[in-house]
Amino acid sequence: MLLFSFEKIVDSINAWLNNTFSPNMVLFFQLLFTAVFAMTVFALLGLILVLMERKVAAFMQIRMGPNRVGPKGMFQTVADTMKLVVKESLTPDGADKFLFNLAPYLVMISAMLILAPIAFAKGFQIWDINIGVLYVSAISSVAVIGILMAGWASNNKYSLMGAMRSGAQIVSYELSAGLSIISIVVLSGSLSISGIIQSQADGWWIFKGHIPVLLSFMIFMIAITAETNRAPFDLAEAESELTAGFHTEYAGMKFALFFLAEYINIFIMCAIGAILFLGGWMPLHFGNWEAFNHIMDYIPSSIWFMGKTFALIFLMMWFRWTFPRLRIDQLLQLEWKYLLPIGMINLLVVTLMAIMGWHF
Amino acid sequence: MFIKKYLSDIYKGVLSLLVGMRRTGYYFSHHKEIITQQYPDNRDTLVLSGRFRGEVVMPHDDNNEHACTGCTACELACPNATIKIITKFDTTPEGKRKKAIDKFVYHLELCTMCNLCIIACPTDAIKMSQDFEHSVFDRKNLTKILNKPGSKIREGIE
Amino acid sequence: MIEELGTTTEGDLVINIGPQHPATHGVLHLKVTLNGETIKNVEPHLGYIHRSIEKMCESLSYRQFIYSTSRMDYLSSHINNHGCALCVEKGLQVEIPSRAQYIRIILDELTRVASHELWWGAMAMDLGAFTPFFHSFREREMITDIMEETCGARLTMNYIVPGGLMADIHPNFQNSVKKFILQFKKTIGEYEELLTGNIIFQNRMKGVGYLTKEDAISYGCTGPTARGSGVSCDVRKYAPYEIYDKLVFDEVLETEGDSFARYMVRIREMSQSIRIIEQLIDNIPEGDFQAKTKVVLKLPKGEFYSKVETARGEFGVYIVSDGAATPYRIKFRSPGFSNLSVLNHISKGYKLGDLVAMMGTLDLVIPDIDR
Repeated sequence: MLLFSFEKIVDSINAWLNNTFSPNMVLFFQLLFTAVFAMTVFALLGLILVLMERKVAAFMQIRMGPNRVGPKGMFQTVADTMKLVVKESLTPDGADKFLFNLAPYLVMISAMLILAPIAFAKGFQIWDINIGVLYVSAISSVAVIGILMAGWASNNKYSLMGAMRSGAQIVSYELSAGLSIISIVVLSGSLSISGIIQSQADGWWIFKGHIPVLLSFMIFMIAITAETNRAPFDLAEAESELTAGFHTEYAGMKFALFFLAEYINIFIMCAIGAILFLGGWMPLHFGNWEAFNHIMDYIPSSIWFMGKTFALIFLMMWFRWTFPRLRIDQLLQLEWKYLLPIGMINLLVVTLMAIMGWHF
Repeated sequence: MFIKKYLSDIYKGVLSLLVGMRRTGYYFSHHKEIITQQYPDNRDTLVLSGRFRGEVVMPHDDNNEHACTGCTACELACPNATIKIITKFDTTPEGKRKKAIDKFVYHLELCTMCNLCIIACPTDAIKMSQDFEHSVFDRKNLTKILNKPGSKIREGIE
Repeated sequence: MIEELGTTTEGDLVINIGPQHPATHGVLHLKVTLNGETIKNVEPHLGYIHRSIEKMCESLSYRQFIYSTSRMDYLSSHINNHGCALCVEKGLQVEIPSRAQYIRIILDELTRVASHELWWGAMAMDLGAFTPFFHSFREREMITDIMEETCGARLTMNYIVPGGLMADIHPNFQNSVKKFILQFKKTIGEYEELLTGNIIFQNRMKGVGYLTKEDAISYGCTGPTARGSGVSCDVRKYAPYEIYDKLVFDEVLETEGDSFARYMVRIREMSQSIRIIEQLIDNIPEGDFQAKTKVVLKLPKGEFYSKVETARGEFGVYIVSDGAATPYRIKFRSPGFSNLSVLNHISKGYKLGDLVAMMGTLDLVIPDIDR
């Protein structure tokens, strides 16, 4: 049980497939299993994250969270999903029907596509593309189109305004996130996810790269909080003071898709953060402490990965329930006047560090 | 100079954010601070103050007797006609006709729980009970007759 | 929710921040004229919760009309009742026993703290920080528990009557209040950490919604709204009633005039209220809790006015009596009405997102405005 690893499961499934079927059928079955896996991951993550959010919020607010449906409220999300499914999904009068119906799917699809290069455990990656990080950065920009589509097609001037603000916000913060990602790419010398994780075999970048990488990490966390429209940057979505947000006119299943896509986005962005800065599925090793390293190796790599990702997700939830919202002009000011200049200077410092070998 | 102010702004800002996070982190980790009362489950142990104004009731003792003389002081004191007293004439053992209370109609849907009727009553016939669960399915159930059927006034109350 | 009504001929946008508000405050209908994101004009439409209380009071006796003032500004219900009782006592020229005076002031100040706690939580929620709401309700819950024990009700306490109090305080009253004071002193520092010192919050509040001293006086603002601009208007200081002239407390003034100044005034007022309670809680004199009054109160012919300082400002009760058992005319001067009138003036030129911050610092309770 301690040496349980996903790699062996995948290898054994591949071996069985190759033995029983012809190569084309093997490919077909691999695609089928991957699709089923992706959807299962989505469903489970949605379940867990929504409940985690509500429980974390409750404990910070000196109250209990949901505790009626299931032991300690475990099935609350199931109840929520059933409620959303039986609701009537209205399309507003005068809305652009095709775009209105397409928008939630676009956001979901872009979230699903980013799932491909993420390494959940050692050797357990759907697609180890050699430009992994660039792919992630590019696909996350596609989600903006979905949001703008939702705002425009709702035929509601305030949805449009909310969607425009959200679009401006996401596009600006992608720059900062991109700069943070590039600083790690410079240090590790490779764009592929497995390459970056391998380069952390002797220690996570956040420890090896001391201060500049720490700064990069902080900028990355702020940038992904803004990219996923989470508080304190949730002007476009939350029970906003005035504007109702780009998903007002959505009800029922379509709203559930937006909601789910937001949580999956959070998971994926935190997963990328864990991979880049905290070593992905690499266990925590300290240079020469053999015994310690050996014990750490016993914990399966999938647990390491999930633990790190959920720690970052908890950090994002902590932000949401502590801070008030920023106004739109303050939000953009934060990015263009503070995060971007600091990010650029930091990148130069990191490059210098990589060239001179000043990191550990 | 500009850079110094810029950096000190950032430093102070980040520090204030971290201080706030420490406070919510404290509440997240200390579950004994939770003050939620799980209401329908704790009905048995729920204790309300004796003065809590839930509903007007007329206490009857073991012999099914109350203390209301039908003086209508409470009906006059009530600001919005929640109480309506219907009186009848009883014959006392001496043969005199005495006013007695027939029905004490209390409209719970109109009551504002202002307590003016309780302090107006000269014989302490009515008091506030601590029952706060008043929901009914039919509004007619909110019009209550406070004196129980077959009850009469206790001896010696004027 | 919001619906747009269409553009005016100058190309401005008119939106309704409609009666059903996602935030608290009550049923307030604002018609906001925008030029892009900048506010040009704010027009409040009132009357959604008008219950004609003043007219109703003309058919109620002098003991009965007080309960309706609890429902006007429901967050400072004791203070409203106190104002009415003072006016009737002025007409009857009856002397209140000092025990009743002490307890009335303790209850007043507790109500003020409770009102400011709720204001703080609701304002934080408007700005997007959801946690402070629950933290402040924990303190407010302690106060409502004290009220429930002594007065019998948690929100609309009809406990102060002309002549004194309805009943004596509960034996646990002093201990509960002392426990509350300890808890409050422990958690007021937390409020500083959670919201006041937060850089995001300060950036949303500072420099937003300037109200100059002259404007505050000319629009008739009172209470923390005016004190944030430097206007010294505390009724407890310039026209003290009961025993306020013997108590030691500061009138909190800030000179900036922006939203942050109004916010800090209320936060500091909470501490000053606790200071007043501490001076009184151990020294409640023995005696009667109610002066002897007739069963049916009749005020002599004439006009009587009394004013008290509620959590929102100056609340005035004006009774015109013609000698009967019911008043001829009662008029309530509500503090929220004058405070709301200044919203149009201070919000010109700011962004739409600032409007919520400004409304939060004006601390509006709409039933008080509409009566």
